[in-house]
This record gives sequence, structure tokens and C-alpha cells, in this order.
Amino acid sequence: MVTSSSSIPSIQSAASAQSRAVPAVLALAFGVLLFLGTGFAAPSMIHNATHDTRHALGLPCH
Amino acid sequence: MLKTIIVSAFGAGLLVGAILTGVQLVTTEPLILHGETFEKAAEAAPAVAASVPHDHGADSVSHGPAAAPEAHHHDEGAWEPTDGFERSAYTLLANLLMGVAVSAILLGVMTLKGGRIDARTGVLWGLGGFFAASLLPSLGLSPELPGTAAAEITSRQIWWLSTAAASAVGLALIVFGSAWFWKAAGVVIAIVPHVIGAPQPPTLEAAYPAALGAEFVAASLVVSALLWSLSGVFSGWLYQRLSRSD
Repeated sequence: MVTSSSSIPSIQSAASAQSRAVPAVLALAFGVLLFLGTGFAAPSMIHNATHDTRHALGLPCH
Repeated sequence: MLKTIIVSAFGAGLLVGAILTGVQLVTTEPLILHGETFEKAAEAAPAVAASVPHDHGADSVSHGPAAAPEAHHHDEGAWEPTDGFERSAYTLLANLLMGVAVSAILLGVMTLKGGRIDARTGVLWGLGGFFAASLLPSLGLSPELPGTAAAEITSRQIWWLSTAAASAVGLALIVFGSAWFWKAAGVVIAIVPHVIGAPQPPTLEAAYPAALGAEFVAASLVVSALLWSLSGVFSGWLYQRLSRSD
């Protein structure tokens, strides 16, 4: 009984870690893509629109 | 859970972007516009800039023409916002997107790590993000006023992104590493990009006064610190509120 009751929380935490991983990675990927699109994308239109933000945040520009 | 993260990231990002634009208007923006007056003056007198002797002597073989001082190249004829309202509006938009991006990154990493997510833990993660994605990369590539001579853009972007990634991994190992060797490995990983070294500018000369550049570096680091720490505070706070009502 002792062993089975102690194993339940670990199973639950493993399951919750798994259920956390997918939304966490998706959110992280979304954030990184948006960061790259705003701060690093090369096309001059995007560069010119985001120019002052890139400079203000110390990102490589030009 | 993903919905709560994304809604929190957008809410926090909009708040942070608006605050950041206000702060930039009185800190970095006047310096950028001031720097551009020197840049435009230098572009208007290209003969003077081109006549500056750039004699590498014996090592001219290793430095091809690519190493010649490059002023900043705007793609002539490409669309750009007109100065004033339009330019500020696009800066606001870019700041909002950056706020959402940083909030989503922070919430993603906090969720992956597990544990409590609120304003208090958010600000700690945000400060870590500032350390990794602003402070440490700035050691190799300091924030530049328009008109700063610099190495080719792609090489700098690659160094910046690699350094931010290595700093993030290094910092995580130092903070969360269970044994001393993990923490030591974290220190080594964070230092490696600086041993390799950032792409160097062809010249340290600039058209603007040195003090203006120094003011800009400090202002830029403050703006970045606000972006990351406020994104952490607001996204953590919103996530906690929204996940409670789930």
C-alpha cells in the first residue's frame, strides 16, 4: 500500500509534465518566431518598419 | 493551457509594448534621431568619408574590399515610414509584437519548467531573459546608434542569436543545475561565445560624438531590461489570474 500510494504522485507528475510540454513548446516556438520576425527579418520593408525598435533593443541592425 | 498562455502573452505584450514605446520616446528615440542627423550629414558628404585613408598596410591582403568601412546601407527606393506619426506608429506596432513575443517565450519556458507562475516568478524569469538576450550579447555587440560602422549584418545576427541561446542554456544550468559540474558547465557555455568573439566592425570611427553613443548604450540596456522584466511581471500575473478561472 505504501509503495503504491507513493507511486501515484510520481505517475501524476509525469503525466502533467507531458501534458505541459506540448503547450509550452508551442508557446515558446510562437514567441521565438515572432521575436525573429520583428527583430531579425531581412526584407527592407520589415527592417524599415521595425528600425527604431531594433536599435532601441540593441539588436543587430543594417 | 495553450489558450491561457497565448491570451496572457497578448495581454502582457500589449501593455509592455505601450509602456516601452512611451519610455523609448523620451530615452532612445531622441538619441536615434540625433544620431541620424550626423549619419545624414556624412552621407551628404560622401567624398569626405571616402577620402579618409584606410591603410591596412601589410595586412591588406587579408582584408578584402568587404572590410572597407561600411556606412549604413538603406535599400534606396524601398518603402520606409515617413518621419513623425507614421514612424512612431510602426515603432509602437513593433514594440507590441516584441512584447507579445517575449511574454510568450517567458510563459513557454516557465510552463516547461513547471512550478508556480505569477508576477513574482515572472519577474525573475524576465530578468534572466534580459541577462541572456540582452546584457551578455551586448558585451560583444553593443547597442548601436544608426550610423555605427559594423561587420556584415548576417554574421552579427548569427553571433547575437547564438550568444543569446548559449547564455540562456548557461544561465539555466547555473541556476537549476543539481551538481557543481552542471553549474561549472553553465559558466563555460555562457563564456564560449565571447572567447570566439563577435564580428568586429571595420572601424571604430563614427560620425556622431562618442558621448552620444555611450548615452545610447545605457538607454538601450534600460529599455531592454524593462521589456524583459515587465513582460515577466505582466504575463505571470495575467497567467495566474486566467488559469485560476479555468
